[in-house]
Amino acid sequence: MKIKAIALNTFKEAIRDRILYLLFFFAAVSVIFSRLLAVLTVGDRVKIVKDVGLTAISLFGVLMAVLIGTGLVYKEIDKKTIFTLISKPIHRWQFLLGKFFGLVLTLFVMTALMSLIFLLTVFFHTFKIEAGLLLAILFIFIELILITAVAILFSCFSTPILSSLFSLSFFLIGHFSWGFETLIQRTKSAPLKLFVQGLYILLPDLENFNFKTEVVYGLTVLPKYYLFSALYGLAYTAFILTLAILIFKRRDFV
Amino acid sequence: MAAVLKVENLRKSFKLGFVPKKREILKGISFSVEAGEIFGYLGPNGAGKTTTLKCALGLIFPDQGQIEIFGHPHLSLQAKERLGYLPENPYFYEYLTGAEFLDFYARLFLLEKKEKEERIAGLLRLVGLEREAHLPLRKFSRGMLQRIGLAQALINDPELVFLDEPLGGLDPLGRKELRDVIVRLKEEGKTVFLCSHILQDIEMICDRVAILVGGRVISQGALQDLVSEKILYTEVTLSGLSASDLEGLGEPVSSHGDRVMLKVFQEDNIERLVALVHDKKARIHSLVPRTETLEDIFVKMVRQG
Repeated sequence: MKIKAIALNTFKEAIRDRILYLLFFFAAVSVIFSRLLAVLTVGDRVKIVKDVGLTAISLFGVLMAVLIGTGLVYKEIDKKTIFTLISKPIHRWQFLLGKFFGLVLTLFVMTALMSLIFLLTVFFHTFKIEAGLLLAILFIFIELILITAVAILFSCFSTPILSSLFSLSFFLIGHFSWGFETLIQRTKSAPLKLFVQGLYILLPDLENFNFKTEVVYGLTVLPKYYLFSALYGLAYTAFILTLAILIFKRRDFV
Repeated sequence: MAAVLKVENLRKSFKLGFVPKKREILKGISFSVEAGEIFGYLGPNGAGKTTTLKCALGLIFPDQGQIEIFGHPHLSLQAKERLGYLPENPYFYEYLTGAEFLDFYARLFLLEKKEKEERIAGLLRLVGLEREAHLPLRKFSRGMLQRIGLAQALINDPELVFLDEPLGGLDPLGRKELRDVIVRLKEEGKTVFLCSHILQDIEMICDRVAILVGGRVISQGALQDLVSEKILYTEVTLSGLSASDLEGLGEPVSSHGDRVMLKVFQEDNIERLVALVHDKKARIHSLVPRTETLEDIFVKMVRQG
Protein backbone atom coordinates (compact mmCIF):
# COMPACT_ATOMS: atom_id res chain seq x y z
CA MET A 1 0.00 0.00 0.00
CA LYS A 2 2.81 2.42 0.89
CA ILE A 3 4.66 1.52 -2.32
CA LYS A 4 1.39 2.05 -4.21
CA ALA A 5 0.95 5.53 -2.69
CA ILE A 6 4.47 6.54 -3.73
CA ALA A 7 4.03 4.95 -7.17
CA LEU A 8 0.79 6.86 -7.80
CA ASN A 9 2.39 10.11 -6.69
CA THR A 10 5.33 9.43 -9.02
CA PHE A 11 2.88 8.73 -11.84
CA LYS A 12 1.15 12.08 -11.15
CA GLU A 13 4.54 13.80 -11.18
CA ALA A 14 5.65 12.13 -14.43
CA ILE A 15 2.45 12.79 -16.36
CA ARG A 16 2.73 16.48 -15.47
CA ASP A 17 6.24 16.57 -17.01
CA ARG A 18 6.25 18.45 -20.32
CA ILE A 19 9.19 16.45 -21.65
CA LEU A 20 6.98 13.35 -21.66
CA TYR A 21 4.50 14.96 -24.05
CA LEU A 22 7.27 16.31 -26.25
CA LEU A 23 8.71 12.82 -26.64
CA PHE A 24 5.26 11.35 -27.16
CA PHE A 25 4.60 13.90 -29.89
CA PHE A 26 7.83 13.01 -31.70
CA ALA A 27 7.10 9.29 -31.34
CA ALA A 28 3.62 9.76 -32.83
CA VAL A 29 5.04 11.86 -35.66
CA SER A 30 7.69 9.17 -36.37
CA VAL A 31 5.09 6.40 -36.52
CA ILE A 32 2.88 8.40 -38.87
CA PHE A 33 5.96 9.47 -40.87
CA SER A 34 6.73 5.80 -41.51
CA ARG A 35 3.70 5.81 -43.84
CA LEU A 36 5.37 8.52 -45.97
CA LEU A 37 8.70 6.71 -45.81
CA ALA A 38 7.02 3.54 -47.04
CA VAL A 39 5.68 5.36 -50.10
CA LEU A 40 9.13 6.67 -50.97
CA THR A 41 10.92 3.34 -50.47
CA VAL A 42 11.27 0.48 -52.86
CA GLY A 43 10.14 -2.79 -51.26
CA ASP A 44 7.45 -4.05 -48.98
CA ARG A 45 5.71 -0.93 -47.66
CA VAL A 46 4.06 -2.68 -44.73
CA LYS A 47 7.43 -3.98 -43.52
CA ILE A 48 8.84 -0.44 -43.57
CA VAL A 49 5.86 0.86 -41.56
CA LYS A 50 6.25 -1.95 -39.00
CA ASP A 51 10.04 -1.59 -38.74
CA VAL A 52 10.06 2.20 -38.35
CA GLY A 53 7.05 2.13 -35.99
CA LEU A 54 8.54 -0.47 -33.62
CA THR A 55 11.90 1.32 -33.63
CA ALA A 56 10.18 4.63 -32.79
CA ILE A 57 8.29 3.06 -29.86
CA SER A 58 11.53 1.53 -28.56
CA LEU A 59 13.68 4.64 -29.01
CA PHE A 60 11.24 7.20 -27.61
CA GLY A 61 10.29 4.81 -24.79
CA VAL A 62 13.97 4.60 -23.80
CA LEU A 63 14.30 8.40 -23.93
CA MET A 64 11.23 8.74 -21.68
CA ALA A 65 12.60 6.18 -19.20
CA VAL A 66 16.03 7.82 -19.11
CA LEU A 67 15.07 11.50 -19.12
CA ILE A 68 12.34 11.14 -16.50
CA GLY A 69 13.85 8.25 -14.51
CA THR A 70 17.20 9.89 -13.93
CA GLY A 71 15.56 12.96 -12.37
CA LEU A 72 13.07 11.14 -10.16
CA VAL A 73 15.16 10.33 -7.09
CA TYR A 74 17.59 13.21 -7.65
CA LYS A 75 14.77 15.77 -7.63
CA GLU A 76 13.40 14.37 -4.36
CA ILE A 77 16.82 14.84 -2.76
CA ASP A 78 17.60 18.17 -4.42
CA LYS A 79 14.21 19.72 -3.58
CA LYS A 80 14.31 18.13 -0.11
CA THR A 81 10.87 16.56 -0.51
CA ILE A 82 12.54 13.33 0.58
CA PHE A 83 12.97 14.75 4.12
CA THR A 84 9.29 14.49 4.97
CA LEU A 85 8.94 11.16 3.16
CA ILE A 86 11.79 9.33 4.88
CA SER A 87 10.61 10.60 8.29
CA LYS A 88 7.33 8.74 7.72
CA PRO A 89 7.02 5.04 8.58
CA ILE A 90 8.38 3.73 5.30
CA HIS A 91 11.54 1.79 4.52
CA ARG A 92 13.94 3.32 2.03
CA TRP A 93 13.49 0.34 -0.29
CA GLN A 94 9.74 1.00 -0.33
CA PHE A 95 10.43 4.56 -1.45
CA LEU A 96 12.71 3.38 -4.25
CA LEU A 97 10.32 0.66 -5.43
CA GLY A 98 7.46 3.19 -5.34
CA LYS A 99 9.45 5.48 -7.62
CA PHE A 100 10.27 2.54 -9.92
CA PHE A 101 6.70 1.28 -10.24
CA GLY A 102 5.41 4.84 -10.72
CA LEU A 103 7.65 5.30 -13.73
CA VAL A 104 6.87 1.81 -15.04
CA LEU A 105 3.17 2.73 -14.87
CA THR A 106 3.87 5.96 -16.78
CA LEU A 107 5.81 4.07 -19.43
CA PHE A 108 3.05 1.48 -19.68
CA VAL A 109 0.49 4.19 -20.43
CA MET A 110 2.80 5.93 -22.93
CA THR A 111 3.79 2.66 -24.65
CA ALA A 112 0.10 1.73 -24.88
CA LEU A 113 -0.73 5.08 -26.52
CA MET A 114 2.22 4.89 -28.93
CA SER A 115 1.28 1.29 -29.77
CA LEU A 116 -2.31 2.29 -30.46
CA ILE A 117 -1.17 4.87 -33.02
CA PHE A 118 1.25 2.33 -34.50
CA LEU A 119 -1.30 -0.49 -34.71
CA LEU A 120 -3.83 1.85 -36.32
CA THR A 121 -1.23 2.89 -38.90
CA VAL A 122 -0.50 -0.76 -39.69
CA PHE A 123 -4.23 -1.57 -39.70
CA PHE A 124 -4.83 1.00 -42.46
CA HIS A 125 -2.40 -0.99 -44.59
CA THR A 126 -3.25 -4.57 -43.76
CA PHE A 127 -6.78 -4.34 -42.28
CA LYS A 128 -5.80 -6.82 -39.55
CA ILE A 129 -4.26 -6.79 -36.08
CA GLU A 130 -1.17 -8.98 -35.85
CA ALA A 131 -0.49 -10.68 -32.51
CA GLY A 132 3.23 -10.77 -33.36
CA LEU A 133 3.38 -6.99 -33.24
CA LEU A 134 1.92 -7.01 -29.73
CA LEU A 135 4.54 -9.56 -28.71
CA ALA A 136 7.35 -7.37 -30.08
CA ILE A 137 5.91 -4.38 -28.17
CA LEU A 138 5.70 -6.48 -25.00
CA PHE A 139 9.45 -7.17 -25.19
CA ILE A 140 10.17 -3.50 -25.92
CA PHE A 141 8.26 -2.77 -22.71
CA ILE A 142 10.30 -5.36 -20.76
CA GLU A 143 13.43 -3.61 -22.02
CA LEU A 144 12.00 -0.26 -20.87
CA ILE A 145 11.42 -1.72 -17.39
CA LEU A 146 15.11 -2.66 -17.24
CA ILE A 147 16.23 0.77 -18.50
CA THR A 148 13.98 2.39 -15.85
CA ALA A 149 15.73 0.39 -13.12
CA VAL A 150 19.12 1.47 -14.53
CA ALA A 151 18.05 5.15 -14.64
CA ILE A 152 16.88 4.94 -11.02
CA LEU A 153 20.13 3.25 -9.97
CA PHE A 154 22.23 6.09 -11.40
CA SER A 155 19.78 8.67 -10.05
CA CYS A 156 20.56 7.41 -6.50
CA PHE A 157 24.08 8.82 -6.54
CA SER A 158 24.51 11.06 -9.56
CA THR A 159 23.13 14.21 -11.21
CA PRO A 160 20.45 13.87 -13.93
CA ILE A 161 22.87 14.80 -16.75
CA LEU A 162 25.49 12.22 -15.74
CA SER A 163 22.80 9.64 -14.98
CA SER A 164 21.29 10.19 -18.45
CA LEU A 165 24.70 9.71 -20.05
CA PHE A 166 25.35 6.53 -18.03
CA SER A 167 21.88 5.14 -18.76
CA LEU A 168 22.08 5.85 -22.51
CA SER A 169 25.56 4.26 -22.55
CA PHE A 170 24.06 1.22 -20.85
CA PHE A 171 21.41 1.08 -23.59
CA LEU A 172 23.97 1.40 -26.40
CA ILE A 173 26.43 -1.09 -24.88
CA GLY A 174 23.52 -3.45 -24.26
CA HIS A 175 22.62 -3.46 -27.94
CA PHE A 176 26.17 -4.01 -29.14
CA SER A 177 27.40 -6.44 -26.48
CA TRP A 178 26.96 -9.33 -28.98
CA GLY A 179 30.20 -7.97 -30.50
CA PHE A 180 31.98 -9.42 -27.47
CA GLU A 181 31.30 -12.94 -28.81
CA THR A 182 33.43 -12.17 -31.87
CA LEU A 183 36.05 -10.52 -29.66
CA ILE A 184 36.23 -13.61 -27.40
CA GLN A 185 36.76 -15.86 -30.44
CA ARG A 186 39.54 -13.68 -31.83
CA THR A 187 41.38 -13.00 -28.55
CA LYS A 188 44.43 -15.22 -28.18
CA SER A 189 45.75 -14.16 -24.77
CA ALA A 190 44.10 -16.35 -22.09
CA PRO A 191 43.86 -13.68 -19.30
CA LEU A 192 42.45 -11.14 -21.76
CA LYS A 193 39.98 -13.71 -23.03
CA LEU A 194 38.85 -14.37 -19.45
CA PHE A 195 38.45 -10.63 -18.83
CA VAL A 196 36.37 -10.14 -21.99
CA GLN A 197 34.25 -13.18 -21.07
CA GLY A 198 33.65 -11.68 -17.61
CA LEU A 199 32.60 -8.40 -19.18
CA TYR A 200 30.27 -10.19 -21.57
CA ILE A 201 28.53 -11.96 -18.68
CA LEU A 202 28.25 -8.77 -16.62
CA LEU A 203 27.10 -6.41 -19.36
CA PRO A 204 23.50 -6.63 -20.47
CA ASP A 205 22.51 -8.16 -23.76
CA LEU A 206 19.53 -6.03 -24.72
CA GLU A 207 19.27 -7.75 -28.10
CA ASN A 208 17.47 -10.47 -26.14
CA PHE A 209 14.43 -8.18 -26.20
CA ASN A 210 14.65 -7.36 -29.89
CA PHE A 211 12.08 -9.39 -31.80
CA LYS A 212 11.42 -6.68 -34.39
CA THR A 213 13.09 -8.46 -37.33
CA GLU A 214 11.41 -11.78 -36.54
CA VAL A 215 7.97 -10.14 -36.31
CA VAL A 216 8.36 -7.87 -39.35
CA TYR A 217 9.59 -10.72 -41.57
CA GLY A 218 7.24 -13.28 -40.05
CA LEU A 219 10.03 -15.59 -38.85
CA THR A 220 9.20 -18.34 -36.38
CA VAL A 221 10.57 -17.97 -32.84
CA LEU A 222 10.44 -20.88 -30.42
CA PRO A 223 8.48 -20.12 -27.22
CA LYS A 224 11.51 -21.01 -25.09
CA TYR A 225 13.35 -17.96 -26.52
CA TYR A 226 10.50 -15.69 -25.48
CA LEU A 227 10.50 -17.28 -22.04
CA PHE A 228 14.28 -16.92 -21.68
CA SER A 229 14.15 -13.24 -22.72
CA ALA A 230 11.34 -12.45 -20.28
CA LEU A 231 13.14 -14.18 -17.39
CA TYR A 232 16.43 -12.54 -18.35
CA GLY A 233 14.75 -9.10 -18.28
CA LEU A 234 13.11 -9.67 -14.92
CA ALA A 235 16.27 -11.13 -13.32
CA TYR A 236 18.47 -8.28 -14.60
CA THR A 237 15.91 -5.69 -13.41
CA ALA A 238 15.83 -7.33 -9.95
CA PHE A 239 19.66 -7.28 -9.87
CA ILE A 240 19.84 -3.57 -10.78
CA LEU A 241 17.10 -2.65 -8.29
CA THR A 242 18.91 -4.57 -5.53
CA LEU A 243 22.07 -2.59 -6.29
CA ALA A 244 20.09 0.68 -6.19
CA ILE A 245 18.49 -0.27 -2.85
CA LEU A 246 21.89 -1.15 -1.34
CA ILE A 247 23.34 2.23 -2.38
CA PHE A 248 20.25 4.16 -1.29
CA LYS A 249 20.02 2.36 2.07
CA ARG A 250 23.17 3.96 3.50
CA ARG A 251 22.91 7.37 1.86
CA ASP A 252 22.92 10.55 3.95
CA PHE A 253 20.41 13.19 2.88
CA VAL A 254 22.23 16.39 3.81
CA MET B 1 7.84 11.79 33.42
CA ALA B 2 8.96 9.33 30.73
CA ALA B 3 11.49 10.37 28.12
CA VAL B 4 9.97 10.23 24.64
CA LEU B 5 13.24 11.15 22.93
CA LYS B 6 16.61 10.15 24.33
CA VAL B 7 19.84 11.14 22.60
CA GLU B 8 23.13 9.84 23.97
CA ASN B 9 26.64 10.79 22.92
CA LEU B 10 25.64 11.61 19.35
CA ARG B 11 28.52 12.28 16.97
CA LYS B 12 28.38 13.11 13.28
CA SER B 13 30.98 14.32 10.84
CA PHE B 14 30.90 15.11 7.13
CA LYS B 15 33.61 15.04 4.52
CA LEU B 16 33.57 18.35 2.71
CA GLY B 17 35.45 20.02 -0.12
CA PHE B 18 37.17 18.94 -3.35
CA VAL B 19 39.90 17.24 -1.33
CA PRO B 20 37.58 15.68 1.28
CA LYS B 21 38.30 17.01 4.74
CA LYS B 22 36.46 15.61 7.73
CA ARG B 23 34.49 18.15 9.73
CA GLU B 24 32.86 17.14 12.98
CA ILE B 25 29.42 18.75 13.30
CA LEU B 26 28.08 16.97 16.39
CA LYS B 27 30.62 16.32 19.13
CA GLY B 28 28.92 13.98 21.58
CA ILE B 29 25.44 15.36 22.20
CA SER B 30 23.20 14.04 24.96
CA PHE B 31 19.76 15.21 26.05
CA SER B 32 16.28 13.88 26.64
CA VAL B 33 12.80 15.21 25.94
CA GLU B 34 9.98 14.35 28.31
CA ALA B 35 6.38 13.55 27.48
CA GLY B 36 4.00 16.49 27.15
CA GLU B 37 6.56 19.28 27.09
CA ILE B 38 7.62 21.86 24.50
CA PHE B 39 11.36 21.42 24.24
CA GLY B 40 13.36 24.24 22.67
CA TYR B 41 16.55 23.30 20.86
CA LEU B 42 18.52 26.49 20.42
CA GLY B 43 21.73 27.38 18.77
CA PRO B 44 23.31 29.80 16.32
CA ASN B 45 23.40 28.97 12.60
CA GLY B 46 25.69 26.02 11.94
CA ALA B 47 25.60 24.78 15.54
CA GLY B 48 24.22 21.39 14.48
CA LYS B 49 20.49 21.73 15.27
CA THR B 50 19.24 20.45 11.92
CA THR B 51 21.95 17.75 11.85
CA THR B 52 20.67 16.45 15.21
CA LEU B 53 17.12 16.43 13.85
CA LYS B 54 18.16 14.64 10.67
CA CYS B 55 19.93 11.97 12.73
CA ALA B 56 16.81 11.48 14.88
CA LEU B 57 14.59 11.16 11.80
CA GLY B 58 16.86 8.73 9.96
CA LEU B 59 17.79 11.13 7.15
CA ILE B 60 21.47 10.83 8.01
CA PHE B 61 23.35 8.19 9.94
CA PRO B 62 25.30 9.16 13.07
CA ASP B 63 28.94 8.08 13.37
CA GLN B 64 28.39 7.21 17.00
CA GLY B 65 25.74 7.43 19.70
CA GLN B 66 22.23 6.24 20.38
CA ILE B 67 18.81 7.70 19.70
CA GLU B 68 15.63 6.26 21.16
CA ILE B 69 12.11 7.45 20.40
CA PHE B 70 9.38 6.11 22.71
CA GLY B 71 11.90 3.48 23.83
CA HIS B 72 12.36 2.15 20.27
CA PRO B 73 15.46 2.55 18.09
CA HIS B 74 14.89 5.74 16.11
CA LEU B 75 14.90 4.00 12.71
CA SER B 76 12.15 1.55 13.64
CA LEU B 77 8.75 1.97 12.03
CA GLN B 78 7.12 1.79 15.51
CA ALA B 79 8.96 4.99 16.41
CA LYS B 80 8.19 6.71 13.10
CA GLU B 81 4.45 5.85 13.36
CA ARG B 82 4.23 8.16 16.37
CA LEU B 83 6.09 11.23 15.16
CA GLY B 84 5.54 14.16 12.85
CA TYR B 85 8.11 16.42 11.21
CA LEU B 86 8.06 19.85 9.62
CA PRO B 87 11.40 20.62 7.92
CA GLU B 88 13.01 24.05 7.68
CA ASN B 89 12.05 25.88 4.44
CA PRO B 90 9.72 23.10 3.38
CA TYR B 91 9.64 22.22 -0.31
CA PHE B 92 6.73 20.08 -1.31
CA TYR B 93 5.30 18.48 -4.43
CA GLU B 94 4.17 21.67 -6.15
CA TYR B 95 2.02 19.82 -8.71
CA LEU B 96 -0.30 18.54 -5.95
CA THR B 97 -3.16 20.52 -4.45
CA GLY B 98 -3.28 21.03 -0.68
CA ALA B 99 -5.85 18.24 -0.25
CA GLU B 100 -3.98 15.82 -2.58
CA PHE B 101 -0.77 16.54 -0.69
CA LEU B 102 -2.29 15.61 2.67
CA ASP B 103 -4.02 12.60 1.11
CA PHE B 104 -0.63 11.32 -0.13
CA TYR B 105 0.91 11.47 3.35
CA ALA B 106 -2.21 9.96 4.94
CA ARG B 107 -1.82 6.95 2.63
CA LEU B 108 1.68 6.35 4.01
CA PHE B 109 0.08 5.81 7.43
CA LEU B 110 -2.51 3.44 5.91
CA LEU B 111 -5.41 5.49 7.30
CA GLU B 112 -8.93 4.27 6.56
CA LYS B 113 -10.84 6.34 3.95
CA LYS B 114 -13.32 7.88 6.42
CA GLU B 115 -10.68 8.63 9.05
CA LYS B 116 -8.41 10.03 6.35
CA GLU B 117 -11.05 12.42 5.02
CA GLU B 118 -11.98 13.63 8.51
CA ARG B 119 -8.33 14.10 9.45
CA ILE B 120 -7.57 16.08 6.27
CA ALA B 121 -10.62 18.35 6.71
CA GLY B 122 -9.75 18.94 10.39
CA LEU B 123 -6.13 19.78 9.63
CA LEU B 124 -7.02 22.16 6.80
CA ARG B 125 -9.32 23.89 9.28
CA LEU B 126 -6.63 23.95 11.97
CA VAL B 127 -4.07 25.64 9.70
CA GLY B 128 -6.66 27.90 8.06
CA LEU B 129 -6.34 26.56 4.52
CA GLU B 130 -9.84 25.19 3.94
CA ARG B 131 -10.48 27.54 1.05
CA GLU B 132 -7.13 26.78 -0.59
CA ALA B 133 -7.58 22.99 -0.37
CA HIS B 134 -7.87 22.60 -4.14
CA LEU B 135 -5.18 25.08 -5.11
CA PRO B 136 -1.85 23.64 -6.38
CA LEU B 137 1.01 24.09 -3.91
CA ARG B 138 2.98 26.05 -6.53
CA LYS B 139 0.51 28.89 -5.98
CA PHE B 140 0.98 28.89 -2.19
CA SER B 141 2.83 31.72 -0.43
CA ARG B 142 5.70 30.89 1.94
CA GLY B 143 3.44 31.22 4.98
CA MET B 144 0.82 28.95 3.39
CA LEU B 145 3.49 26.35 2.60
CA GLN B 146 4.62 26.46 6.22
CA ARG B 147 1.03 25.89 7.34
CA ILE B 148 0.34 23.01 4.94
CA GLY B 149 3.71 21.61 6.05
CA LEU B 150 2.52 21.68 9.64
CA ALA B 151 -0.68 19.93 8.57
CA GLN B 152 1.32 17.09 6.96
CA ALA B 153 3.39 16.80 10.16
CA LEU B 154 0.16 16.22 12.09
CA ILE B 155 -1.54 13.87 9.61
CA ASN B 156 -0.96 10.79 11.81
CA ASP B 157 -2.00 12.58 15.03
CA PRO B 158 1.57 12.18 16.30
CA GLU B 159 2.61 12.09 19.95
CA LEU B 160 5.95 13.76 19.21
CA VAL B 161 6.26 16.62 16.71
CA PHE B 162 9.61 17.85 15.40
CA LEU B 163 9.48 21.43 14.12
CA ASP B 164 12.60 22.84 12.46
CA GLU B 165 12.56 26.66 12.43
CA PRO B 166 8.76 26.72 11.99
CA LEU B 167 8.49 30.45 12.65
CA GLY B 168 11.15 31.57 10.21
CA GLY B 169 9.84 33.61 7.28
CA LEU B 170 6.39 34.18 8.80
CA ASP B 171 4.85 37.60 9.35
CA PRO B 172 4.00 38.62 12.96
CA LEU B 173 0.40 37.42 12.60
CA GLY B 174 1.52 34.10 11.11
CA ARG B 175 4.02 33.64 13.94
CA LYS B 176 1.35 34.25 16.56
CA GLU B 177 -1.04 31.79 14.88
CA LEU B 178 1.65 29.13 14.70
CA ARG B 179 2.65 29.72 18.33
CA ASP B 180 -0.98 29.24 19.31
CA VAL B 181 -1.12 25.97 17.36
CA ILE B 182 2.04 24.72 19.12
CA VAL B 183 0.58 25.58 22.54
CA ARG B 184 -2.65 23.81 21.54
CA LEU B 185 -0.63 20.70 20.64
CA LYS B 186 0.85 20.73 24.13
CA GLU B 187 -2.62 21.09 25.65
CA GLU B 188 -3.65 18.00 23.68
CA GLY B 189 -0.84 16.11 25.43
CA LYS B 190 1.63 16.06 22.54
CA THR B 191 5.35 16.60 22.93
CA VAL B 192 6.90 19.29 20.73
CA PHE B 193 10.59 19.44 19.81
CA LEU B 194 11.16 22.97 18.54
CA CYS B 195 14.38 23.90 16.77
CA SER B 196 14.73 27.65 16.49
CA HIS B 197 16.86 30.71 16.91
CA ILE B 198 13.91 33.08 17.37
CA LEU B 199 14.42 33.33 21.10
CA GLN B 200 11.38 35.45 21.99
CA ASP B 201 9.09 32.72 20.69
CA ILE B 202 11.04 30.00 22.47
CA GLU B 203 10.85 31.96 25.71
CA MET B 204 7.12 32.42 25.33
CA ILE B 205 6.17 28.79 24.76
CA CYS B 206 8.96 26.36 25.77
CA ASP B 207 9.11 24.45 29.06
CA ARG B 208 12.70 23.29 28.76
CA VAL B 209 15.55 24.18 26.46
CA ALA B 210 18.94 22.88 25.38
CA ILE B 211 21.50 25.31 24.00
CA LEU B 212 23.78 23.96 21.32
CA VAL B 213 27.03 25.71 20.40
CA GLY B 214 29.69 24.32 18.07
CA GLY B 215 28.23 20.81 18.10
CA ARG B 216 28.00 20.56 21.89
CA VAL B 217 25.07 21.04 24.28
CA ILE B 218 26.44 23.67 26.62
CA SER B 219 23.36 24.13 28.78
CA GLN B 220 19.99 22.48 29.26
CA GLY B 221 17.17 22.65 31.76
CA ALA B 222 13.84 24.20 32.65
CA LEU B 223 13.44 27.71 31.29
CA GLN B 224 12.66 29.21 34.72
CA ASP B 225 15.86 27.70 36.11
CA LEU B 226 17.96 29.23 33.34
CA VAL B 227 16.39 32.70 33.34
CA SER B 228 16.74 34.51 36.69
CA GLU B 229 14.03 36.90 37.86
CA LYS B 230 16.63 39.38 39.15
CA ILE B 231 16.11 42.91 37.81
CA LEU B 232 19.13 43.89 35.71
CA TYR B 233 18.17 47.54 35.16
CA THR B 234 15.12 49.78 34.72
CA GLU B 235 14.36 51.44 31.42
CA VAL B 236 12.91 54.95 32.05
CA THR B 237 11.51 57.23 29.35
CA LEU B 238 10.95 60.81 30.49
CA SER B 239 10.73 64.43 29.29
CA GLY B 240 11.17 67.88 30.84
CA LEU B 241 14.65 67.31 32.32
CA SER B 242 17.97 68.61 30.99
CA ALA B 243 21.04 66.43 30.40
CA SER B 244 22.75 68.00 33.43
CA ASP B 245 19.80 67.02 35.67
CA LEU B 246 20.20 63.38 34.63
CA GLU B 247 23.94 63.18 35.20
CA GLY B 248 24.91 60.32 37.47
CA LEU B 249 21.38 58.88 37.55
CA GLY B 250 21.63 56.53 34.61
CA GLU B 251 22.99 55.75 31.18
CA PRO B 252 21.19 57.61 28.33
CA VAL B 253 20.20 55.22 25.56
CA SER B 254 18.42 57.52 23.12
CA SER B 255 16.80 60.93 22.89
CA HIS B 256 14.09 62.32 20.65
CA GLY B 257 13.47 66.05 21.08
CA ASP B 258 12.77 66.57 24.78
CA ARG B 259 12.18 62.86 25.37
CA VAL B 260 15.07 60.78 26.78
CA MET B 261 15.41 57.06 27.43
CA LEU B 262 17.67 56.06 30.32
CA LYS B 263 18.99 52.79 31.69
CA VAL B 264 18.93 53.08 35.49
CA PHE B 265 20.98 50.44 37.30
CA GLN B 266 20.46 51.15 41.02
CA GLU B 267 17.12 51.16 42.81
CA ASP B 268 17.86 54.30 44.88
CA ASN B 269 18.63 56.16 41.63
CA ILE B 270 15.06 55.45 40.52
CA GLU B 271 13.74 57.01 43.70
CA ARG B 272 15.97 60.05 43.16
CA LEU B 273 14.84 60.28 39.53
CA VAL B 274 11.14 60.14 40.47
CA ALA B 275 11.68 62.86 43.11
CA LEU B 276 13.51 65.03 40.56
CA VAL B 277 10.69 64.65 38.04
CA HIS B 278 8.22 65.66 40.75
CA ASP B 279 10.25 68.73 41.78
CA LYS B 280 10.89 69.97 38.22
CA LYS B 281 7.33 69.24 37.10
CA ALA B 282 8.74 66.94 34.39
CA ARG B 283 7.03 63.78 33.11
CA ILE B 284 7.72 60.02 33.16
CA HIS B 285 6.29 58.26 30.08
CA SER B 286 7.34 54.72 30.97
CA LEU B 287 9.26 52.83 33.62
CA VAL B 288 10.04 49.21 32.74
CA PRO B 289 12.14 46.91 34.96
CA ARG B 290 14.21 44.53 32.75
CA THR B 291 14.98 41.02 33.95
CA GLU B 292 17.45 38.67 32.29
CA THR B 293 16.04 37.27 29.05
CA LEU B 294 16.77 34.04 27.26
CA GLU B 295 18.47 36.16 24.63
CA ASP B 296 20.91 37.56 27.25
CA ILE B 297 21.74 34.04 28.41
CA PHE B 298 22.01 32.75 24.86
CA VAL B 299 24.35 35.55 23.73
CA LYS B 300 26.50 35.07 26.86
CA MET B 301 26.74 31.32 26.34
CA VAL B 302 27.44 31.55 22.61
CA ARG B 303 30.26 34.03 23.31
CA GLN B 304 31.70 31.80 26.04
CA GLY B 305 31.20 28.70 23.89
